[in-house]
Amino acid sequence: MRDRMIERMLLLAATSAVAMLALITIFIFREGLPVILDHGPLAFVAGVTWAPSLGQYGLLPMIAGSAVVTAGALVVGLPLGLACAITLAEMAPPKARTVLKPTIELLAGVPSVVYGFIGMEVLVPFIRQAPLLGGPGYSALAASIILAVMVLPTIISISIDAIEAVPRSFREGSYALGATQWQTITGVVLPAARSGIVAAVILGMGRAVGETMAVIMVAGNSVQMPHSLLDPVRTLTANIALEMGYASGAHAQALFATGIVLFVISLGLNEIAGRVRGRSRASVVVAADAPADAEAAAEARAELLGAPAMRPRLMKPSL
Amino acid sequence: MSSPIHAPRRRLTTIFVTLVVLIAASCARATTRDGGDVVLAGSTSIQPFAERWAESYQLGRVTVQSGGSTAGIKAAHDGTADVGMSSRQLHAEESEGLVQTVVARDGIAVIVHRANRVQALTLAQLRGIYAGTIRSWREVGGADASITVITREEGSGTRDTFQERVMGSGVGIAREALVTAYSGGLRKMVAEDPNAIGYVTFSQLNDRVHAVSLDGVLPTEQTIRDATYHLQRPFLFLTRGEPAGGSEQFLKFVLSPRGQSIARAEGLAPVSTY
Amino acid sequence: MVEEHRASVAPRLAQQVARVGLWGATALTVGILVFIVVFVMQRGLGAISWSFLTDAPQRSGAEGGIFPTIVSTLYVTLAAVVVATPLGLGAAIYLAEYTTEGRLSGIIRRGTESLAGIPSIIFGLFGFAFFVTALGMGWSILSGGLTLGVMILPTVIRTSEEALRAVPREYRHVAQSLGASKWDAIRSVVLPVAAPGVVTGIVLGIGRAISETAAVIFTAGVALATPRSPFDSARTMSVHFYTLTMEGISDEQAYGTAAVLVVTILVINLAAYTLMRRFTRSLR
Repeated sequence: MRDRMIERMLLLAATSAVAMLALITIFIFREGLPVILDHGPLAFVAGVTWAPSLGQYGLLPMIAGSAVVTAGALVVGLPLGLACAITLAEMAPPKARTVLKPTIELLAGVPSVVYGFIGMEVLVPFIRQAPLLGGPGYSALAASIILAVMVLPTIISISIDAIEAVPRSFREGSYALGATQWQTITGVVLPAARSGIVAAVILGMGRAVGETMAVIMVAGNSVQMPHSLLDPVRTLTANIALEMGYASGAHAQALFATGIVLFVISLGLNEIAGRVRGRSRASVVVAADAPADAEAAAEARAELLGAPAMRPRLMKPSL
Repeated sequence: MSSPIHAPRRRLTTIFVTLVVLIAASCARATTRDGGDVVLAGSTSIQPFAERWAESYQLGRVTVQSGGSTAGIKAAHDGTADVGMSSRQLHAEESEGLVQTVVARDGIAVIVHRANRVQALTLAQLRGIYAGTIRSWREVGGADASITVITREEGSGTRDTFQERVMGSGVGIAREALVTAYSGGLRKMVAEDPNAIGYVTFSQLNDRVHAVSLDGVLPTEQTIRDATYHLQRPFLFLTRGEPAGGSEQFLKFVLSPRGQSIARAEGLAPVSTY
Repeated sequence: MVEEHRASVAPRLAQQVARVGLWGATALTVGILVFIVVFVMQRGLGAISWSFLTDAPQRSGAEGGIFPTIVSTLYVTLAAVVVATPLGLGAAIYLAEYTTEGRLSGIIRRGTESLAGIPSIIFGLFGFAFFVTALGMGWSILSGGLTLGVMILPTVIRTSEEALRAVPREYRHVAQSLGASKWDAIRSVVLPVAAPGVVTGIVLGIGRAISETAAVIFTAGVALATPRSPFDSARTMSVHFYTLTMEGISDEQAYGTAAVLVVTILVINLAAYTLMRRFTRSLR
């Protein structure tokens, strides 16, 4: 009897996350949907003028801003992150890994405002004064670089997971055929780990899209459509944070509506990443020699649960 | 017999109960605040001065939040704050039910980089620059470089005053303008970019930026007081109804000779009501 | 024989080039991350002193210390932990022990994952509209703590569940074969064994809460005074740092605050990491 009570209480706790999610969704949509419907969803999302004092709420410049800085962050972050992951997962001697992997994960904890500040103090003046660059310095370029640095730990961690999950037999088979390590990596390991890496990229994208403070500090926040990387831009997140104090009904609603767009994009990216990841893990677990130990099985199960921005290395301590 | 293995559940229960109590108590919050305490919220331009006043105020605890002038007006209406701070005039529909007290007068200085040749602008030139029709410093007598226009965010009282007094009702501020939500930050941006132009509350002037004269008039305490400097606004403290209790006491302090001398020391033009 | 040799040169060359390139990229990445920490520490450590940590800020933070912000950070984080721990641990226990992989647990997992993917500014927006305004809690530690608690909930759930699942099934079987009920087995055997892993999750959540700015600034506010009750507004260290830098109030104070922040978070992450290693080792 007591056990049933406890089970019910635990179930209540378990549904709390879902309940909060529902609450947040309802609230954001309730506040923001009216203005979207009033202006027409297409006009809202595709409008190029954001001028609340004139009653104009076009979100396209901000959507473009978010898109540009996220793409920029990945252009810089993906090659670097993947290279790092390959090095740590395949090439680094155990002692180097013991130092490097936790270092990268520890540094992932640096607050975003600190990154933003360094961007303000170092990167922005550099861009402004550099001979080939120029402009005000506060720009999509600055935001992209800062975001790239911020998503690197995410991309690296999850890519390492994906690469390490490729069974040893795959590699051994390749070496047995006379391939070099690099050929094995590019020909066997990376393709096998592809889904996991894609998931890493998508989660990195999610993190970049959701970043607020660092971007506000270096991107310039103008409401124009960006024409070049050196132009100042405003992202969806910055749009909300900058004007949050505004009280007028329609404007406040428009900020919630911005929140809706951001919410939908983030959740969409999260969902895609989860699916890609689940698929990758399941396929590799099936293909691999059946893991006899509970540890690997537990890890496989845990992997199916999806990956956070900073995944605890519970099952696989860095060696 | 309480054994250690029961501890986790009891702790859980205690935490749950505490949480529920806290949340329930918070709903009765309005009546539990100490009478002499005052919460101010609103204009980021007024915020540093409010904090200065708060530091010197002895009769109670004064908390200062930011959020912008419009947020301050709303907070005063909703009761989220005891006193709303606005650095712009209220619109007709906003002022219903609110009592406005002018606590100081402030000028908005138009600033450029220390090394910028341009020392004087006409109102029309300023409007052109901020509208995006004048794009190079050369057009106003300066170097051949494109102007980096910096403005405050929508919702800022400073921006609203600038819009009203410089741009007028038909012309908006250019889309390409950089936007920041912080007065001090804007000043810093101008101090670091030789081609930047911005506007800040007059009291924020320091030796790292240079104020230009508007139609021949430089912003000083005198020109703000006698209204010859065009770009100025009142600092308003807003209360729902006549100020009472802690708010009234604090307002009295702010308007007292001591309070006003603090304002003047920080660069505001005091009001002449004392 | 010669052709064979020529055919194997290209891949070996590629191997060497790749090696150099990969290690170069790694060095660059680690270098950037280390540079950031060193940059902050170098400028910030000098500003830290006993008085910096124990004095109140003067002139909006241009002078003085950051004591109230340290206290505020502690309170807000504590509130978040109080919210997230019972709910998170309870959810994890339920997911790990009481369900099979059915529809309900699937929904719960999807919900938790979705919650984890929401940007922090949305939490700030929600927290401001719901806790601060609609529930009337105002800018307060309570509003901030509740918002942050919901934010770190997925982290606690995920880590706790992994920790519970890591406990071998035999432990439960042995306990139950000795006559313990399901809950008794969990409480007296599984939980204590999984405890370090659970604590790791909480510690990770704390780390996240401390570095959070967007969600806190709109819910806990920016009041500089030391908070006296959960209903008071509280400026955390990261919010203080953000304000100092954005207003250009004082570079020195900003770096000092950043240094304290970074050291705190590094220590916390280090603690989480050490806990995890010890926990995993203990299960071998």
